[in-house]
Amino acid sequence: MTALSRQPRAVALISGGLDSMLAAKVVQSQGVHVEGVNFFTGFCVEGHTQAVKRTKKQKVKRHSALWCAEQIGIPMQIVDISEDYKDIVINPDYGYGRLLNPCLDCKIFMVNRALELKSNSNEPFDFVITGEVVGQRPKSQRSETMAIIAKDSGADDRLLRPLCAKNLPPSLPEREGWVDREQLYGFSGRSRKPQFALAKELGISEWSQPAGGCCFLTDESYTKKLQDLWDARGRKDYDLEDVVLLKIGRHIRPAPHFKLIIGREEGENQYLRGFRHKFAHMSTVSHVGPLCLIDGDLNQKERILASRILARYSRGRTEPDVTVRITDQSGVSEEVVVEPMEPHLIPQDWSLTN
Amino acid sequence: MACANVLDTKGLLCPLPVIRLQEFARHVEHETEIVVIATDPGVLADIPSWCRVNGHVHVSSEQLDHEFHVKVRAVPPALPDEV
Repeated sequence: MTALSRQPRAVALISGGLDSMLAAKVVQSQGVHVEGVNFFTGFCVEGHTQAVKRTKKQKVKRHSALWCAEQIGIPMQIVDISEDYKDIVINPDYGYGRLLNPCLDCKIFMVNRALELKSNSNEPFDFVITGEVVGQRPKSQRSETMAIIAKDSGADDRLLRPLCAKNLPPSLPEREGWVDREQLYGFSGRSRKPQFALAKELGISEWSQPAGGCCFLTDESYTKKLQDLWDARGRKDYDLEDVVLLKIGRHIRPAPHFKLIIGREEGENQYLRGFRHKFAHMSTVSHVGPLCLIDGDLNQKERILASRILARYSRGRTEPDVTVRITDQSGVSEEVVVEPMEPHLIPQDWSLTN
Repeated sequence: MACANVLDTKGLLCPLPVIRLQEFARHVEHETEIVVIATDPGVLADIPSWCRVNGHVHVSSEQLDHEFHVKVRAVPPALPDEV
């Protein structure tokens, strides 16, 4: 039924980390035509943050998944799933992990999308490869949940996890002889030593991160800001601009109806300038200081409060007076002279940034 | 060779310029040159890498004021259509 008269074709989920790179390489080395796919959710740690925070002295950072694909010699496409991914983040069928990470739903979604992709030759792939390891992650990489991923994604036994295949029932590629099960692995648990040893064996000496850490939804500071956004709006919703803005700047919410986003360095200030048409904003005039976006409507008393907070992050923080210019979305400005707020007067629970 | 097409990705942060280029490249003729204009310097690394990975040709990169212009030549087979 499934015998192939041509070279088997597989699509590998490439995160940019070591495990997915190893998984793709292991299968490729068995003569399978492997292509990679990397999904852009909007919550990827690399990309936005690196681009915004980069200073002139830093080297341009590479896209880890592209780099991985290049190292192991496979074609790779990056697929923007950010819009469809919203439903996964907002309404995960299997709930969240420790924070707002819907890891199980996320993996199901990605495997499903990979399964639907076609290869460079425009023919379907025969199976999907992931770098999952049984027992490595508390939410999505347990034997029970790995079975759920295979079933709910629709991949069923067309999902091959080469790094832990020997701990799982034989998949279709193994049963059909497209890959040799004996040349796959039986890794399990959180130890990374087997992966490091395999990397050495395969001649891979560099990778971006040992495992995970690539998604802002597993970041405590970020998810605190996302939850705050939902609370402030009274609904769970976001767009890509929200996702990016939550990664940038110091977020301070002095009251439920307004929040301040203050740049922490020039790269962030520059990026925040691009949002001046959407937000009222403030900057210090008398002293060098950051740009601040105002998310919400402020009365006069609150404008003074916001100006005092901003002044505290300017070079005039120890001066008696700092002049702050407040500009609304239509470009109308006013200047106020304020005393910078002393740090101890800013309640800790106003800060949404660790 | 087909004349250059211009893809404006100003304001987008990586990897979105690469994703837009990938989508654009699916619909151009063989050997078409595409000039990507971006404000994120990440394109200087990512677009050449994307070219090497997918068999396209990175022709040149240059910085003009605060913009980065990266020229590539799209080479078939084109990437498959997304689902």
